[in-house]
Amino acid sequence: MSFFKRLKESIASKTEAVTSKFKDGLAKTRSVFTDRVAELFTRRQKIDEAFYEELEEILIGADVGVNTVMELMDDLRAEVKKRKIEQPSQLQPILSEKLMNMLRGGGEDAGLRTNSSGITVILFVGVNGVGKTTTIGKLAWRFKQQGKSVLLAAGDTFRAGAIEQLQVWGERVGVDVIRQEAGSDPAAVMYDAAQEAKRRNVDVLLCDTAGRLQNKVNLMEELAKIHRVIQREIPGAPHETLLVLDAATGQNALQQAKLFGEKTGVTGLVLTKLDGTAKGGIVIAIRNEMALPVKFVGLGEQMDDLQEFDAEQFVHALFAGLAGTVEENEAN
Amino acid sequence: MAFEGLTARLQNVFGKLRGRGKLTEEDVNEAMREVRLALLEADVNFKVVKDFIAKVKEKAVGQEVLKSFTPGMVVVDIVNKELTELMGGTQAKLAQAGKPPTVVLMAGLQGAGKTTLTGKLANLLQKQNHKPLLVAGDIYRPAAIKQLQVLGEQIGTPVFTLGNQVSPVEIAKQGVQHAKDNGNDYVLIDTAGRLQIDEALMEEIQNIHAAVKPDEVLLVVDAMTGQEAVNVAQSFHEKLALTGVVLTKLDGDTRGGAALSVKAVTGCPIKFASTGEKIDQLEPFHPDRMASRILGMGDMLSLIEKAQANIDADKAAEMERKMRTADFTLEDFLEQMEQVRKMGPLDQLLDMMPGMGKIKNMPNFKVDEKQIARTEAIVKSMTRNEKLKPDIINFSRRKRIAAGSGTTVADVNRLLRQFEDMKKMMKQFSSMMGPGGKGPKGGMKALKNMFGKGGMKFPF
Repeated sequence: MSFFKRLKESIASKTEAVTSKFKDGLAKTRSVFTDRVAELFTRRQKIDEAFYEELEEILIGADVGVNTVMELMDDLRAEVKKRKIEQPSQLQPILSEKLMNMLRGGGEDAGLRTNSSGITVILFVGVNGVGKTTTIGKLAWRFKQQGKSVLLAAGDTFRAGAIEQLQVWGERVGVDVIRQEAGSDPAAVMYDAAQEAKRRNVDVLLCDTAGRLQNKVNLMEELAKIHRVIQREIPGAPHETLLVLDAATGQNALQQAKLFGEKTGVTGLVLTKLDGTAKGGIVIAIRNEMALPVKFVGLGEQMDDLQEFDAEQFVHALFAGLAGTVEENEAN
Repeated sequence: MAFEGLTARLQNVFGKLRGRGKLTEEDVNEAMREVRLALLEADVNFKVVKDFIAKVKEKAVGQEVLKSFTPGMVVVDIVNKELTELMGGTQAKLAQAGKPPTVVLMAGLQGAGKTTLTGKLANLLQKQNHKPLLVAGDIYRPAAIKQLQVLGEQIGTPVFTLGNQVSPVEIAKQGVQHAKDNGNDYVLIDTAGRLQIDEALMEEIQNIHAAVKPDEVLLVVDAMTGQEAVNVAQSFHEKLALTGVVLTKLDGDTRGGAALSVKAVTGCPIKFASTGEKIDQLEPFHPDRMASRILGMGDMLSLIEKAQANIDADKAAEMERKMRTADFTLEDFLEQMEQVRKMGPLDQLLDMMPGMGKIKNMPNFKVDEKQIARTEAIVKSMTRNEKLKPDIINFSRRKRIAAGSGTTVADVNRLLRQFEDMKKMMKQFSSMMGPGGKGPKGGMKALKNMFGKGGMKFPF
């Protein structure tokens, strides 16, 4: 049975609705990325330097990242030699499987870590403008739907209007927001929020922070302090520290993952704005180089547009076009 | 990100064929592979890279390699020049309408930094004695209007808003009318972030465009954007006929290849670069500096300019003399430190220096502004005599200095030891350098030496 058939079957059991949401959201990614791959594999008659070069460009064009692409190309070349492959179409499933493996990593840490016996604290970090506050709003809604009690901490005391933005989300979703004045110490906000979360015994505390560029030493130290305060006030917390990444980000995302990871022990990623064009490659690069799993993806502007990341579905959506051609080939 | 800078990599490639005749096609091909990687790693779009490489290759083959240069330097020079030219030669200014008000429309993806930029631009215009009006056209993102209002308040610029229930087209129209009625000569229209494939929202911004006929349409682009920059720029340009681009978040450690992609696709000049979170951190865009940054060669020019603007030439010359003669006291040291600090935050300075970006990321090299302040406090807690002759600082003096500066005796010891090391190092330099040329350039040289020698340990 082909790789794609197996993949398809493993997905068939999952709800159709979620898959279609994924597919819709990723429609553009798919059409730009996979159509080009598919076209390449059918047009090229033999595997030569020009073929490799073109494949390399497609992958880089999807922001997979130079290092990861080079690694991938070396692997493919070795594989071609070993198995004496001549037709590009034979190489196609190998490429897909490699990408898939890269995306999955160990595969053990896909779900959201929660605290079964108390408050689950999730800290959100990232550079400016990636969608931290929006993600928190959407996630709060999700938890609310699951019948959980949620509290939000307005830790972005720096950017003008950020506290109000979170407050609007709080009202929309119907959860309370712990806040202080703009310009106050965010660590103090976290302290307040932790105390209040304990007093009310809520299920989930979502902590917003101001966007900051990872090379600003002082701001990163501030974030480390926030992290420490949460750790001290609620033992075991934060249960997740999620780095929010804009899907349009290029290679700098790797640097973000590295430096935010050093200061706050990032445990996972949220990939936002994935409903645009030609994206997703960065996930592969980060997973490959940092071993950080993607936990959620943002696929639109609606409250329910935050989806749990599922590598299988992601690849399925990414390669839907390809799977078709392979099956046709097999049928012939 | 282990990027060594294109220069070093090319030196590697050319190591075996140092300084001879002309660049052959083979040499150039090999070099271009490195150039290509450098550009791709900087997030320049692969199509743009392809065209660029083809163009540079043509120019490079057959180039004379002068005696004083290595082939690598010649190639870097060509690449750098081409890149600078591609990014727009000289810098462009903001449009000004023949008949005020000048209408400026912002456009871009979500989170690119449009609202912040709108505030910064108003601040800049005000400093040039203009009377800008901010128009709050983002009715979708929660509290976007509030954000613009807070910014307007900070800088004392009026903000026009009709709340979030009126269509942005109407808001823009009335905003421009409001400016006319109140004598504002610039109207800056903030808009909601939108994906270039969102048809409804793209039509909306087209309608705004049609309604107010802006003199300037600025695409706001996050400098960290990857390959996607090309698609974004292309779509926005098709729909809105952009007149300029602004790069934001350039104070990060991104190489910013998006700048090149956007410029190549739209042909629009990059008019400004946003380099910090503070309202006055907006700078004119310098293509030449961006070129070296994309190539990973540091931003030496910016550093030199900053140094020239902030360092007193006479003092620097005097300092250089003192360093050469090892007649360098703690007082001079304090002064030197203040001069360097005037140039801006240290981590930003380091970013601009070739090779320093890498050093900065090393685990035991921390740029800690607080540490500098502490060092300053220690030196300032000394008597004049102690500063001139550190040798007289005995244990009881150390205790007093530590108490005075709020540090420990160990801190004081460390500083004194490092100062001694530094002095020794300077003696070695000066014997190497001999009596150098004086004049306005001398100061720069001294400064470069302060930074340049890898072996020197800073007391901070």
